[in-house]
Amino acid sequence: MNKRNAVGQSILRPDGLDKTTGRALYLDDLPENGCWHGVTVRSPHASAVIMSFDVSEVNDPEARVVFAKDVGRRNSVHLIHDDWPVLAEARVNHVGEPVALVAAPTLARARTAAQAIAITYQEQTPVLSLDDALAGDPRTNGRLNVLAECAIEHGDAALGFTQAHLVIEGEYSTGHQEHAYIEPHGVIATPALDAQGAFTGIDIVGSLQCPFYVHKALTYLFDLGPNAVRVRQSVTGGGFGGKEDYPDMIAAHAALLARACGKPVKIVYERHEDIIATTKRHPSRVRHRTGVARDGSLVAMDIDVLLDGGAYITLSPVVLSRAVLHAAGPYSCPNVRITGRVLATNTAPNGAFRGFGAPQTLFAVERQIDRVARTLGIDPFAVRRRNAYREGDETPTGQVLTESVSAIAVLERAAGATGFRERHAANEIARQNRKDDGQPLPGIGLSLFWHGSGFTGNGERRMMSKGALRLGDDRKIEVLSSSTDFGQGTEGVFRQIVADACGVSLRDVVVHPPDTAAVPDSGPTVASRTVMVVGGLLHRAGVKLGQTLCTFAAYQADLAPASVILRGGFFETVHARTPFAEVAKAYLTVHGPLTVEAQFQPTPNSTFNEETYQGDAYAAYGWGANVVEVEVDPDTFAARVTRLTTVSDVGQVIHPVMCAGQVEGGALQALSWGYLEEMKMKDGRYVNDRLQTYLIPTMADAPDMETILLENPTIHGPFGAKGVGELPLDGGAPALVQAIENATGIPLCALPATPERILEASRFLS
Amino acid sequence: MNSNYKFTVNGRPVEVTGRPMARLLDVVRRDLGLTGTKEGCGEGECGACTVLLNGAPVCSCLVPLFQVEGALVTTVEGISPSDQVSELQRVFATEGGVQCGACTPAMIVTIRALLDRHPKPTRDQVREYVSGTLCRCTGYERIFRAIEVFTGQRKAEGVSETAVDEGPPP
Repeated sequence: MNKRNAVGQSILRPDGLDKTTGRALYLDDLPENGCWHGVTVRSPHASAVIMSFDVSEVNDPEARVVFAKDVGRRNSVHLIHDDWPVLAEARVNHVGEPVALVAAPTLARARTAAQAIAITYQEQTPVLSLDDALAGDPRTNGRLNVLAECAIEHGDAALGFTQAHLVIEGEYSTGHQEHAYIEPHGVIATPALDAQGAFTGIDIVGSLQCPFYVHKALTYLFDLGPNAVRVRQSVTGGGFGGKEDYPDMIAAHAALLARACGKPVKIVYERHEDIIATTKRHPSRVRHRTGVARDGSLVAMDIDVLLDGGAYITLSPVVLSRAVLHAAGPYSCPNVRITGRVLATNTAPNGAFRGFGAPQTLFAVERQIDRVARTLGIDPFAVRRRNAYREGDETPTGQVLTESVSAIAVLERAAGATGFRERHAANEIARQNRKDDGQPLPGIGLSLFWHGSGFTGNGERRMMSKGALRLGDDRKIEVLSSSTDFGQGTEGVFRQIVADACGVSLRDVVVHPPDTAAVPDSGPTVASRTVMVVGGLLHRAGVKLGQTLCTFAAYQADLAPASVILRGGFFETVHARTPFAEVAKAYLTVHGPLTVEAQFQPTPNSTFNEETYQGDAYAAYGWGANVVEVEVDPDTFAARVTRLTTVSDVGQVIHPVMCAGQVEGGALQALSWGYLEEMKMKDGRYVNDRLQTYLIPTMADAPDMETILLENPTIHGPFGAKGVGELPLDGGAPALVQAIENATGIPLCALPATPERILEASRFLS
Repeated sequence: MNSNYKFTVNGRPVEVTGRPMARLLDVVRRDLGLTGTKEGCGEGECGACTVLLNGAPVCSCLVPLFQVEGALVTTVEGISPSDQVSELQRVFATEGGVQCGACTPAMIVTIRALLDRHPKPTRDQVREYVSGTLCRCTGYERIFRAIEVFTGQRKAEGVSETAVDEGPPP
């Protein structure tokens, strides 16, 4: 058992050829079968009271209009707190907030009807930034409007500062980031109607990450039983967290319209609508006070994290949680105090974006570590090496890192692979003696980071996810889980894990598409949890399924149960080798289909206290180091990334090509958040609310990448695997900004590092 | 006002009745049912709707129907016969050029056109030619590599499932 045939091999992903030939059907490619089309009427104001609705100019007799009053009393997206209205009722809290819905037989007619709806507003003063929010929120009578808060205490920070050689302070900020998945949001809702035409349930197909989130939201919204709502995923063109919570909203809208018109209703967002309406990465402001010893050792850290939550709570409490838990970086420090708050503003709710709060706080701590290095005259590598976690170290939550700790390994490998120390030092010297000859300035930067795999704290214990395998009449082992593939290659890696866990061939394993009517709830596809947590469940189920069949085969052959093993697709005894399909057929004839379910089992003796923030924050951590090489134009300050080297410890690589693809794709998102992507705002409206003006990297911006994967296995994942989805988002921006500093001498504290911002920082410097 | 337009799509002559300013993207997807071509932004920025017009990549969301009268249009469906997969498409999938797949049909047609001009392109030639199509998933590295593998400039990393299943001899 557990012999690795498939794990570690770059097999063709199951959806690969459908996607390269264009045969894969995304939401907007599915047959419409006479469905109606839905459009959304949105608020033009950031903060306003709704004064009146008027539909008298809607001339289309077939068009159906839905307002908040038609929703019923459960008018909220049921997620963590029920404060996010499906449709605004009395007031609007952000530009683009949904106020009314329209369905009609064609999209053109739905749009015409929507334009005829007149809504009047009385505008109020909006809260549009963290600065505004800190000045007090009119919605809470001028008090701070805190959506979530938490704090971590470790050792005695106050005492630590008195023992420090130096105390160094810094403030760091980051902005919104748009997911910019290439396929915008889309959903088709088909109503179930009884003989009298009354609404009894809803069937959803959509571009989404979390089918059971949508299921939960709709059973709540319509007060329906679990079997009256069915949610399936269509082929999904990217998510990055952006299709974690928002599909609840768009599915609710389509379902409300389907109930109103009694027809299937399709809603597909145009890009502009997708950008203005959906969630973004939380803007952040992080303050650091760091006490250091003469040799650069960290003595005390005081960190205050502020996130801009936007108009509603949505996922902010959990984003904040991950933000503060990563805020001290992968560094050992005896005395740490971390406080975190999410404040409300009048922008679209900020939500899940790959990295989930950690990229913001890791940018801040990495910049602060650079400031420590600069102040003490130590190089960026040495200060990191001195403080990085070793096995046995304790994190600010009191978690002792007992296994799979690779901070030093990834750091040394990254520096070694690039000649970082020598090149960084050479650039520093070259800069002092630079001639003003217009030549691009070379810079090199290094970052070190960690990322907790799976849900934070008690999340997995609360979720108690399930996964199952089913040996069916076709003699295939079918994977049943709600984990969705929106690009990562989930289906492929699940087949690999299950094939090796059972001891069968890849051809014996198939994956059921996510469908709430057919698969158990394995939790959402988020938090770098798919391979480690859900893959772990499937591994356990696979081992058990293999054992059950071995026991059967032994009984059939009149042998002791332990004398048969299943490996490489064959049942083996000392005397014989029988193909899997043969034994499977015999089993099915005697016993019928075999289903084996596995449920999450918490680690014994592991606890996390959500009040004190003490305990084991994550079962395992991925570790990464990035080296970014840049050239900065000395006249325009435009930075170009010329090369990226990443080193990532993922525990065990299941599929080398796809794993590298996760790292590379995530890393480019991180780099572009660092220097290119900037959501500008005026009066609460995103100014660059289209792809023509919100820039994401093209191939011309993409550096050559060297991707090094290390394998330091964890006991918590299948074959030792940890999560890889989010880790790559954590290190790109700080390494890039350090490289710009290495090139120009200008230390930036805010993202993105646009030419304008570098120029501004250079003025401050002189 | 509707008019008739005659042009060639994937080697087959077609006749479409439509408004002169109808987007080629909608004609291809809705009228001809070729849904391999995707809409990502509708303003010529993301390139997901790329098709070849007389052999050159264009954003089909920006091409009005009247402009294709008499032209040769190639969509991703025209890159390989309906039940087959071209070697470029296979290598693109095995070498990690594909993740979510929403940009992939556009990438495939654009790279096909690139390879007609540069049979062994350098990375900078790829950057220049393909930068009109955005990919948000891959960071582009595996797209470069897939092209390099296809053109014999790099060793393949993907392995066949059969080879894995057969494994080393027992």
